[in-house]
This record gives sequence, structure tokens and C-alpha cells, in this order.
Amino acid sequence: MAATLPAERLDPKSVLWLVAALAMVAAPHLERVPLWLSGLIGMLAVWRLYLLYFGLRMPSRWLLALIAAGAVVGVFIAYGRLLGRDAGVALLVIMLALKLLELTAHRDAMVLSFLAYFLIVTNFLYSQSIPTALYMLAAVWFITATMTGFQYRGRRPGTRAQLTMAGKLLAQAAPLALVLFLFFPRVQGPLWGLPQDALAGMTGLSDSMSPGTLSTLILSDNVAFRVKFEERVPGAPQLYWRGPVLWDFDGTTWTAPRVPYLLRRGFEPLGGRVSYSVTVEPHSKRWLFALDLPEKVPPRAFLTTDFQLLWPGPVTTRVRYDMTSSLEFRSGGDETPYELRRGLQLPTGFNPRTAELAKRMRERAPTDRDFVNIALRYLREEEFSYTLSPPLLEGPHPVDRFLFETRAGFCEHYASAFAVLARAAGIPSRVVTGYQGGEINPVGDYMIVRQADAHAWVEVWLGTEGWVRIDPTAAVSPARVQTGIGNAMPGTSPLPGLAGGNYPWLHSARLTWDSLANTWNQLVLGYGTDRQQQLLNRIGIDDATWQTLITIMLGTAGGVIVLLSLLTLRRLRRGTRDPVLKAWEAFCTRMAERHLPRAPQEGPLDYARRVATAVPDLAPRISAISRLYAALRYGKQPDQDGVERLRRMVAAFRP
Amino acid sequence: MLAAIRSWRSQLRAIIDTQLFQLRGPERGTLELVQRRIFILPTGYGLLFVLTLLLMLTGAINYTLALGFVLTFLLTALGVLSILHTFRNLAQLRLTAGKVEPVFAGGSAHFTFRVDNPGGLDRYAIGMVRDKRALPAWCDVAARASSTLQVAIPAERRGRLRPGRLTAFTRYPLGLCHAWSYVDLDVTCIVYPHPEPAGAPLPPPTPVRGDGANAGDGRDDFAGLRAYHPGDSPRHVAWKAAARGQGLLTKVFAGNANAELWLNWDDLPPALGIEARLSRLARWVLDADTAGLAYGLRLPRRTLDPLSGRAQRERALEALALFEP
Repeated sequence: MAATLPAERLDPKSVLWLVAALAMVAAPHLERVPLWLSGLIGMLAVWRLYLLYFGLRMPSRWLLALIAAGAVVGVFIAYGRLLGRDAGVALLVIMLALKLLELTAHRDAMVLSFLAYFLIVTNFLYSQSIPTALYMLAAVWFITATMTGFQYRGRRPGTRAQLTMAGKLLAQAAPLALVLFLFFPRVQGPLWGLPQDALAGMTGLSDSMSPGTLSTLILSDNVAFRVKFEERVPGAPQLYWRGPVLWDFDGTTWTAPRVPYLLRRGFEPLGGRVSYSVTVEPHSKRWLFALDLPEKVPPRAFLTTDFQLLWPGPVTTRVRYDMTSSLEFRSGGDETPYELRRGLQLPTGFNPRTAELAKRMRERAPTDRDFVNIALRYLREEEFSYTLSPPLLEGPHPVDRFLFETRAGFCEHYASAFAVLARAAGIPSRVVTGYQGGEINPVGDYMIVRQADAHAWVEVWLGTEGWVRIDPTAAVSPARVQTGIGNAMPGTSPLPGLAGGNYPWLHSARLTWDSLANTWNQLVLGYGTDRQQQLLNRIGIDDATWQTLITIMLGTAGGVIVLLSLLTLRRLRRGTRDPVLKAWEAFCTRMAERHLPRAPQEGPLDYARRVATAVPDLAPRISAISRLYAALRYGKQPDQDGVERLRRMVAAFRP
Repeated sequence: MLAAIRSWRSQLRAIIDTQLFQLRGPERGTLELVQRRIFILPTGYGLLFVLTLLLMLTGAINYTLALGFVLTFLLTALGVLSILHTFRNLAQLRLTAGKVEPVFAGGSAHFTFRVDNPGGLDRYAIGMVRDKRALPAWCDVAARASSTLQVAIPAERRGRLRPGRLTAFTRYPLGLCHAWSYVDLDVTCIVYPHPEPAGAPLPPPTPVRGDGANAGDGRDDFAGLRAYHPGDSPRHVAWKAAARGQGLLTKVFAGNANAELWLNWDDLPPALGIEARLSRLARWVLDADTAGLAYGLRLPRRTLDPLSGRAQRERALEALALFEP
């Protein structure tokens, strides 16, 4: 560590820069923290500017400590904790604002700048989108320019020069940063447990379904996952993306078994094989999604007995995996009696009219398959309607109320009612939730599956046929499965923003944007251990250990640094050649060629006098050159014209 | 034991100075800050910056923040780049020592250095300091221009003062690195003896060729006043000044062909000691010069003939400054 300099006071301009830089990085947080906290932070910043403007003294430490203690208590009351993502960020921002009121010396300013850099990372906890990235890049630029400002000791060269300097530094740093990004050995996080609230605000399917669960999810425009098909894209009616499988029914709510069955069970693929890769957005649950039925299991993931794909832990970051599915299959046939019993379980005493209906249908149906058809025909031919805002199902028998009174519902209502009918008729059945359909984005040639595509369907056990998918919603509203949610809704229903598609230009703009976001996700955000290995494979290095990576990183970085040094120091060397000195040296060389070299201690005028007597015919020109040289070299005023004149005179001088 | 460690440390220091820092004693003329003369280390802030980066990296790994990685690596690269830029801000500057005005001991010598920037880059915040705890002198040097740095160094003792080993440094642009170069230019400042406080009266003028012991015959031009010595002619006592309560003063007349003012080393009692005698002489030179008198200085091995004026004053003070008994 180099010597520390005596503490120096910060000039007012630097204070302004720093307040602006901190405001820039704290701004996105201000809408996330409670209103009183945003107000307090803003007030502290304004207070600092007020003190600056009137040149007043900083407030006493006691007062600041009091405010800090108050803020800590306030944060604890607001969040119920002091650690964790949200509370931690709130505390960090308030402490930064308080530190502004202690800001007088260079030391404080440097520490605050570093904290401002750090605050940028906390913003990434909430968003890593392209706009966030651009905004934060601008913030890095601004903070760096602020830091350059602290170093000036003479006249400040102005805002523009500061920004230019910082911009140059960052532009030159970029290639080196890229090398580090590509080759720094990545470790699969997390290193320790994430705070509980780190996963707040993620939407997605849950492990239970009751009336209303899916219809709220359907209002969300958020992307659930994106799919890149290798060859053909299956038709819409085949796009059943399998998610949580729900077995247990308590009369209202379907839930998934707490512990998944992990016994691997094969199935018989009957054709329609399709290969694709999925990039699933974080949703804080363990499911990965695949088309019915997944034929292979991605690395690290595993498959349950009922063909759910599970990730080892909650999906907290984007996960990308390659999949192969068979769209036609025959599954099951070797189920244990225990499993089948679970598929028949119904709470006793609930929904008596439904049970009665199932009994009547059962009597008319010789086989289980016939029963299914009768039940589907019932849904199709009676006055059932498909709506996003169904009437509330009050009372103890929601299925009864739905089937016989309201008769308006959403996929979860139909799936639930159908499964209850089948179970009441003695046919093992289970509810499968997931997504149905998806939109092809022509811009990037991939499929977007949104939360709005959430769906629920039923699988029934038909003995020799195994588990068979039945989609009762398709019976009521064939359009839902054929052309997607946007077309299936009557005009009066509240429609998800994108599915509505009333403005074609808006729609295509949003598709372009999503394609951009997808590329960003794949190339930047999704760059981790897997992608790093892929990159190394492509350049011919298999099974790279971290030692190999470090070697590559240091080697490449060294090369880049050498190039950068040549680039930055080039101007130094080129500029070192003072044109005046250069012209004079050329003159001396020419005289030396005539055996009249300059003695090392000889001044220009003495030398000129000596050589002029030796070659009298050139005397006037020698004297003119030497006098101009002396004037330029030792004179007070820089004289650009004179430099040019000297250069020309020497060039024309041929003794 | 302690002494052994101390001597070992000073030996190590000497090896570092000569081998690593290539220090070879004062240099003449212009010093160019070429590459091998410039050293660079992180500042305390630089280390704090590295700590921040480590914290950010840990956060990025733990929360799998791709942009956290991007930011960490961008700032790491920025730190590396700042090494290059800080180095570049100091490299290829040329330092030339300027003329130094003499000072009295106890004052500060202001050493001036001209900083030439022959290159095409503007340089900012070039600092120069001798004592690390002192405030540095700063300057900016525009491309193909010059600037000056003035370093104040306390002049404690009379004689020739060398600035010693100075440090030219910079931390621009980010303050994360400290690039420095040792500057030891062959330049000296004459430090005059500290004049003793006013009070001791000037010695009486010495008659030339032994006649006339008084302060002139009264027909010459009035030159000033001095303290009354017993034996001065009552005609030369400044009675008006005495009436104003200034005590007894004797009028001195210049142009006295027969008497000269000699400031004589041998007239001062040896008991005073060398430095005190020099201080008294310096005081007398100043007093005589202020009074506009011509005076001569007689030191062992050196004599200045009586003259007046600025040149005489400087000659006399310099002789006192460089006096070696």
C-alpha cells in the first residue's frame, strides 16, 4: 500500500457529483422501500445539498446516530427483520444517505463511491433486464466520472472532460472485462442459504389448485419459459406442457403429494418424437416443464413416477435444458394397487349430487372409456360456458354448485369436476397442471409460453390403455386448445394484455422485444458453468478443470493488457517527440554529415556561430534556424506557426 | 540485538534504494521520468476497492447474478486500466530545477521545479513532496506545455541546503493507484544565518590610516542614527530624538573619507560561539543595509571591501552562510 496523503477537504462540485451519482443508483430502490423511508432518504440528500449551498457545518454525529437508530427500528417494523434481501437493501440505502451528511473529506467520498458501485449489484437482485443493464451501465459511467473528479487539484476541466475520461477508461476496460466474464471459473451458487425473501415476487404454478388459482395466474403476461424446437413445431393441440400432478382432493382443493414418488416407470413411445430446449424463468418451485411425455431427463434433474420433471432445488435462476418428448405414448400398466387407490380417493359426504350424477352415468356406460365419453358429452351438450371470471363457488359442495348451478368456469373448474366424476365412478384419475399452447415468436424463431397459458387437465386410468389424457376444457371450448387462450375468451372477459392482440403493431413490437430479451437471457444471463463448458468445447478444450480455466483467463487477460498498454502508452511515446527538438536534431545531423558535429555542451547559438564561420555561404540560414530554434525552445509563448516554419526551414536546408 | 536489527534494516533499505529504486545520488540538469524510474502501488483506497470487488463477486456467485459478474469484472478491468493510466499520467515528464532564492535559517526554502510535458496528453494532479506528512505541491501540465511545482522545505541551519530526495507522484485518474518517482536533482539553496534580534548596535566606524576616532566631522551628508557610545561628540547627539524619548542616539554621516564601517569577526567576543557571532554579523549586515550604509565584512580568510546596496548585502550574507571556521 502506498503512503496515505494528509486528509483533504472535498470541493463542492465533487459533493454535487456524488449526490447525483448516489441518487442515480438508489432511485430504482426508492420505489421498493416503504414510502416513509423513500421520503427520509430524499430529505437527507436535500439536507446535504442545503448545507453545501449555504456552506454550513455538518450536523452532529449524535443527531445522525439518532436518525440511524430510528431508521433501523423503522425498517425492523416494516419488514419484520433486519437481514434478508429487502430489509438489507433498505438499510444499505438509508446508511448511504446518512453517510452523505458526514461527507467532507476525500476519504468519505471514495468510500461512498465504492458503496455506490456495490448498490448497483443490489439492484440486480430485483432485475437483470436489458433496460436495467443499460441504466446501471450509465450509473457506472457516472460514478467513475465522479471519482475522476476527486483527483483534480488544479482547475477542474469540466463535466464533459470528466465524462470523457471515465468513458475512455470504461471502453478500454470492456475487452478485459469480457475475457474475465468468459473464462473466470464459475461456481454454481448459492454459497450459503438465500434469505427467505430472495424469491419474492415470482409467479408460477403452485402445488395446489382450487377454484381461482389458475384464473389469477392467467392475467399475468409474464413469460413462464421459452422453447426452441430443433426441427418441427408440434401443432397447438399437442402442446401440453406438463407441470405439477395433483392427486389429493379435499372437496375444494387439489394438492400434490408432499413427497414425490421417485420410482422410475417407463412408458411406451408410439411416435411423434420432438426435440427442443427449454429455458425456464425462475419461479421458486421445483418443476421443470416438458411436453407430454418426457423421454429423457436433463442432467441434475429427475423424473417422478407420474412424469413430473423436478429440479434438485427451487428454480431461482433461469434454467436451460435440452429435452426430447414423445407426443404419442402408452403409459402405465404396472401401477400398484396403492397408487390406483390414491387415484380414487374422495372425501366422503362432499358433493353428493356429483356422486349421484356419476352413478347414473356409470350405469349407462359398459366400459371406462364409454364413461369418459358420456361425461365429456355431458359437458359439451349442457349449457356450460368458459369464462375467466366465473361466479364464486360458495358453500360446502363447490363441485355440485359448479355442475348444477353456475355452469360457468375456467379450466381448473372443468378439470376438477371431471376428475371428481371419474373418481366417483370408480375410475382412478388425477389432475395435471401445466401450460397449454404457446406463441411462436417469428423474430427469434422460438416459442414463448406465458403464465397466461396456464392450464389444467385430467388423466384417467383406463386399465390396459394406462393413463390417458382427457382435457374437459376442450369439450367446452375447443378454441382454447386449438388457437390459444386469447381466442377462447368471450369479448367481455378481462383479457391478458398480450393474448388480446388488438394492436398488431404493438404485438409485433413486443415480440421483437421478447426476442431481444431471450437472446440476452441466453447469452448473458444464462452464461454459467454449462455454457462455459460449451464454449471451451467449441474451442477444442474438453473437460476443462478450474486450473485450465484460470490458465486460459490469465493468458488471455495478459494478452489483452499488453495490447491495452501499447494502445494507451502509444500516444505518450509519439507525443514525446517534440517537433522543435526533432527539427533541431535533424539540422544537427545534417551539419554532422559535413563533419561539423555539435559538442554536447554547446548551446544552439554558440554552435551556429561556430559552423557559420566554417561554411560562410550558409551562414544566414544557419543563423536563422538556430535563432528560431532557441526562441521556440526557450521562449515563453508556445508558437505553433514558428514550429511549422522551423520544420520547413530545416527540411529545405541541404548543406 | 536491537542495534543489530536497526543496522540490518538500514542495510536492507540501502539495497532497496540502490537496486530497486536505482537511486544514485543527486543528478544534474533535466530529469526525465522514464519508465524504469516510475513505481506504482495500490493506495489504501485501491485495497478497499479490491475488497469491494470481492464482496460483489461473492454476492454474484451466491445469488447467481450474471450482471453482478459483469459489473465485478468490468470494475476489475477498470482497476487494472487505472494502473496504466496513473502510470501514463506521470511518465515522460521532464523535471528541471529552477533558481532558488536564498532564505534565512528558520524560514522555508522554496525549491521550484519546471515540469515539461513534451507529450500529447494533458496531465493532471502531479504532486511533489519531500515529507510524506506535509501537504504536497500540485500542478497540472497541459500537452506540450510546462508548469512549475514549488516545494517548501524548512531551512533549519545556515549553509547550503539540498532538497534531498523528493517524490513526484500522481493518483489520477481514479485514486486507486499511487505512481511515484524519486527526484534528486542537484540544486542548492543558500541559507543565511538566522539574524539575531535587533538591539546590538553597529560597531563604530574605523578611521582610515588611524586618525579621527569620532563619527565624522559634521560636514558630510547625514546618513542615519546609531546608539550613543560614550565618547561621541555631543555635537553629533540627536537631541531632538532624545527629547522625543528615544534615548541617546548619535548621528552618523556618510561619505566620511576617513572612517569606514567594518563588521569584523574578530571584534566579537569568542565566548559567544561561532553561530551566535555569525547571527550578530548577519543582523549588522541587515541593519547597515537598511540604513543605506557602506560596510565591509572581515571574516577569517575572507574580506569584503566596504560597499553598499543589494549586491553587497547578498555577498555578505552568503559569505556568512558559507563560513567555515
